[in-house]
Amino acid sequence: MQFDFLALYRAIPALVFGASMTLRVTVLSIILGLLIGLVAGLAKVWPNRILRIIASAYIELVRGTPLLVQIFLVYFGLPALGLNLDPFIAGVIAMGINSGAYVGEIVRGGIDSIALGQMEAARSLGMTWWQAMYYVILPQAFVRILPPLGNEFIALLKDSSLVSTIAIAELTRTGQIIITRTFKSFEIWSGVALFYFAMTYAIARAVKHSEERLRYSE
Amino acid sequence: MNKWIVEVKKLNKYFGKHHVLKDIDFHVSYGEVVAIIGASGSGKSTLLRCLNGLEPIQSGEVIVDGVRVNGREVDLNKLRQSIGMIFQSFNLFPHMTVLNNITLAPQKVKKLPRKEAEELALTLLGKVGLKDKAHMYPSQLSGGQKQRVAIARSLAMNPKVMMFDEPTSALDPETVNDVLDVMKELAEEGMTMIVVTHEMGFAREVSNRIIYLDDGKIVEEGTPEEIFYRPRNPRTREFLSKIISV
Repeated sequence: MQFDFLALYRAIPALVFGASMTLRVTVLSIILGLLIGLVAGLAKVWPNRILRIIASAYIELVRGTPLLVQIFLVYFGLPALGLNLDPFIAGVIAMGINSGAYVGEIVRGGIDSIALGQMEAARSLGMTWWQAMYYVILPQAFVRILPPLGNEFIALLKDSSLVSTIAIAELTRTGQIIITRTFKSFEIWSGVALFYFAMTYAIARAVKHSEERLRYSE
Repeated sequence: MNKWIVEVKKLNKYFGKHHVLKDIDFHVSYGEVVAIIGASGSGKSTLLRCLNGLEPIQSGEVIVDGVRVNGREVDLNKLRQSIGMIFQSFNLFPHMTVLNNITLAPQKVKKLPRKEAEELALTLLGKVGLKDKAHMYPSQLSGGQKQRVAIARSLAMNPKVMMFDEPTSALDPETVNDVLDVMKELAEEGMTMIVVTHEMGFAREVSNRIIYLDDGKIVEEGTPEEIFYRPRNPRTREFLSKIISV
């Protein structure tokens, strides 16, 4: 058995380009997911029951179906409704909606973990539900939300390999293309794995770092 | 001007099927200090929480400062500004300094400028004897200090009535008196106070009137003299003999 790591070396520029596409898709999905997730999480603890039901339905539906199917639904399904999306946009939308559900659960969990007395004390001082949420509950919840949020970012980055199926030339797709030319499966996939690991490791470190900086004297 | 600051008529409260408060009727006039005593589970804390709308009630009426707490049109956020509430577990905001704990509501609710809010906070901290703790976090304070900060935080909203829900129950014995002293001072200044308490000494010394609650009902109501030395109801007698012998 002979390995040809020179093939991997030659593939590096292409893989770097693929990784940068992976990062772009992931970062945009994270931002979209955070926005949706914050709204969904707040809706789940909202005093209004209808909003709670809508948020629960969204979270359950998204978490109960595969991301790959969601990606196909957005990219191949929506054109039937007259909505033709660019693969990149479709990928970001599908992943953002998917991540929003998980982030929503994380946000709700963080808010729920703050003792009820905090909300009661804030409301007893005359603050509105919003003011209490914004000034008292969320700053405390955020510190607790950060670690699971970091896990979600890492999961999302790895899951972004699924958008290779709708012809986005991200890292996985780039690896596939190079292999069809070079047939060096082991070398290239090892390289692809290493690139993923470098990115997830960087996220993990960054989250850990901000966690430590944010830890106030609890 | 209303005669009563707090007026409760035929209040009934259920938790599910459990009937927690039964036909509660009482008044508190301006400047009065009322102690609510009774065994755990008698509904004292729930009653207090009904007065500022933290708990909804099923029937009856609660009127505070002329406003129906259980009315449809009530602006609870506005009403609560005039009702100070002190909790057994303090509920200070752990992510803020003592000073910010106190200035938050005046700034955000009353739109007081930051500087004025801080001056007010420092004055109130001086009043509760904690001026030097302004820049500490709640986790750095003892229980008694936390509760005094909580009192200062409530006072910053300039309430017309202060409600205390077992304010000293979670405290180490050596810090209880610091809190009680602050409360006595408030009472002497004429603050209207409703205090749910197990501190019989405080109830006897400071309150004008004592309400004894048993199993969700007001069993007896009277001056400290009447309640402690001439209780009419056998249940009051039994309760007091248990508490005082301990």
